[in-house]
Amino acid sequence: MADEVVLLDFWPSPFGMRIRITLAEKGIKYEYKEEDLRNKSPLLLQSNPVHKKIPVLIHNGKPICESLIAVQYIEDVWSNRNPLLPSDPYHRAQARFWADYVDKKVYDLGRKIWTSKGEEQEAAKKEFVEALKLLEEQLGDKTYFGGDNFGFVDIALVPFYTWFKAYETFGNFNIESECPKFIAWVKRCLQKESVSKSLPDPHKVYEFVVEIRKRIGIE
Amino acid sequence: MASEHEEEVRVLGKWASPFTHRVVLTLKLKGVAYKYFEEDFANKSDDLLKYNPVYKMVPVLIHNGNSLPESLVIVQYIDDTWTNNPLLPQDPYERALACFWLKTLDDKILPAVWNACWSDGRDKAVEEGLESLKILQEALNGKRFFGGETIGMVDIAASFIGYWVDILQEIEGLELLTIEKFPKLYKWSQEFVNHPVIKETLPPRDKLFAFFKASASKNKDSTA
Repeated sequence: MADEVVLLDFWPSPFGMRIRITLAEKGIKYEYKEEDLRNKSPLLLQSNPVHKKIPVLIHNGKPICESLIAVQYIEDVWSNRNPLLPSDPYHRAQARFWADYVDKKVYDLGRKIWTSKGEEQEAAKKEFVEALKLLEEQLGDKTYFGGDNFGFVDIALVPFYTWFKAYETFGNFNIESECPKFIAWVKRCLQKESVSKSLPDPHKVYEFVVEIRKRIGIE
Repeated sequence: MASEHEEEVRVLGKWASPFTHRVVLTLKLKGVAYKYFEEDFANKSDDLLKYNPVYKMVPVLIHNGNSLPESLVIVQYIDDTWTNNPLLPQDPYERALACFWLKTLDDKILPAVWNACWSDGRDKAVEEGLESLKILQEALNGKRFFGGETIGMVDIAASFIGYWVDILQEIEGLELLTIEKFPKLYKWSQEFVNHPVIKETLPPRDKLFAFFKASASKNKDSTA
């Protein structure tokens, strides 16, 4: 019985990228559907009626919403290939904690950096760098957050790298000079095909952000 | 008689917190013995700062020296570790749906309802609170509990709605979760508070009422 897997996504979304990477890691064939967020498809609205957001993974007609939940679902169903979560409950819980930390901090702070100015922006930059430094501490000397193997936290975090050029340009700072270990980890992740093929060019993301800023009237 | 395998389970919490309650309830449902320590936020313990350096909040679970913060991370860990009485569905899709509701509770529903409770009746806040309760009622989908015939993780996570909201709405003179507005969700809340294990874990109503009433007056004074 063939599995039918569809991903409703939007190319610059770091949340969508998480699912793309996971599907690639597991070698799962799927249909990618690009959504126009200003004109959401009936399929999207029907698949995610509560939040009306991408990404949505649809497996044999059944929708799974929220990127980290979709990643865990893929892990549960295709459990015999490339495990992405530790088998030990405590390490698994720690992975969930840090993925949740990424959700709480990285996206919101990053967004503040490219949408705000002055003191608000400075405060966001400071907190953002602190968050990356805390993540660097968690990484320690390991190759990946998952240890020797690329895993759940790596997947949760690496997509945000594609937005760094935008953050750096609008925030007027350099992330590599503040967090070199973080960037070294990003580079290791990018050597994996599942990652490099799933992430858009940061320059394209930057151009997208320039457009959005014009559209919402920043500057 | 010494057990072969010493389990030391400690919970750092605050008695009035629905997040602490999630952890306490889960441990009780699993039949796990634990020691409880009440945190004083005016004077955070060394243990709290050591075991939750990232957020410095409760609840925190410490199991044989390993610590975990964040109530939903803790509750899932307890379910993974003590596998009797599973609180999440076995089927991957049903499990993903349950996890979706856990996240939606924390990201959307609880904040909207909490804001509505403290909004002084401001229309928009109340409307968003009611909208969230409507979404939650739809998630119940006519079942007795979110977990089906028995309590599951989503029921545990929704304890704020099952018990706390009734107290807060009385303090503020609001009508959010009522039998008229949300008959099925209201019925669930009654099943929840009368469940034999759950009712032993709920903080006493009069104590919670006094606690939040005092908190409400303090907030009003500071914004006056």
